[in-house]
Amino acid sequence: MATVRVQREDFDAGLEAAALARGRRDVGAVASFVGYCRDEGGTLAALDLEHYPGMAEAEMARVAAEAEARWPLIGVTAIHRFGTIAPGEQIVFVAVASAHRGEAFAAAEMLMDYLKARAPFWKRAIRADGTVEGWVAAKEADDASAARWGAAEP
Amino acid sequence: MKLIYFAWVRERVGKSEEDLDLPPEVTTVGDLIVWLSGRGENYAYAFEKPATVRAALDRVHARREAVIAGAKEVAFFPPMTGG
Repeated sequence: MATVRVQREDFDAGLEAAALARGRRDVGAVASFVGYCRDEGGTLAALDLEHYPGMAEAEMARVAAEAEARWPLIGVTAIHRFGTIAPGEQIVFVAVASAHRGEAFAAAEMLMDYLKARAPFWKRAIRADGTVEGWVAAKEADDASAARWGAAEP
Repeated sequence: MKLIYFAWVRERVGKSEEDLDLPPEVTTVGDLIVWLSGRGENYAYAFEKPATVRAALDRVHARREAVIAGAKEVAFFPPMTGG
């Protein structure tokens, strides 16, 4: 059963990853990924992340369930923040625990590809000169990354 | 029917949500987009490039041919840019 959280506040990636193996003897691998806000060469002051409350959690849980159906996973955690996020801050986290590293790496990558293509979050860039730039355009490369796992267009 | 809008779809429509009575000929997501587009300039602007607008029925991604009867909530939004 996956742990899914959508929250404004930051998270402790180390604690979240360790929690997947704590008290267990069957976990052989935990693979985790943290996505950060970057400053785009000093031009970005912050990202403003809007989300669809309710659907964001539901879609992340559906994505996690697809990973769990595809590989023999022991645990999955996915966390996505919303609100204003400054460069250097964490935005998104996925971690997967399994018996062996292969499925942990693969599932973590699939989770991120699917989350980017399907979880209802939208980024707006706030520039260092104070201008609100408008909404970040979706990248076709992100859809292509999701599609290579056999995902249908959302 | 409760309609919800996000990101630039919300900004273009000019509201985040509304309750509308849909005419009986509006049966699919695609029908709803066409009908909304005829309700005013703000809607026409929001849906001017329909291929760039995604939809969800009761918080599940939905294609244009999805039937909206029975849904409580229809959402429209741009392609996702999270992660």
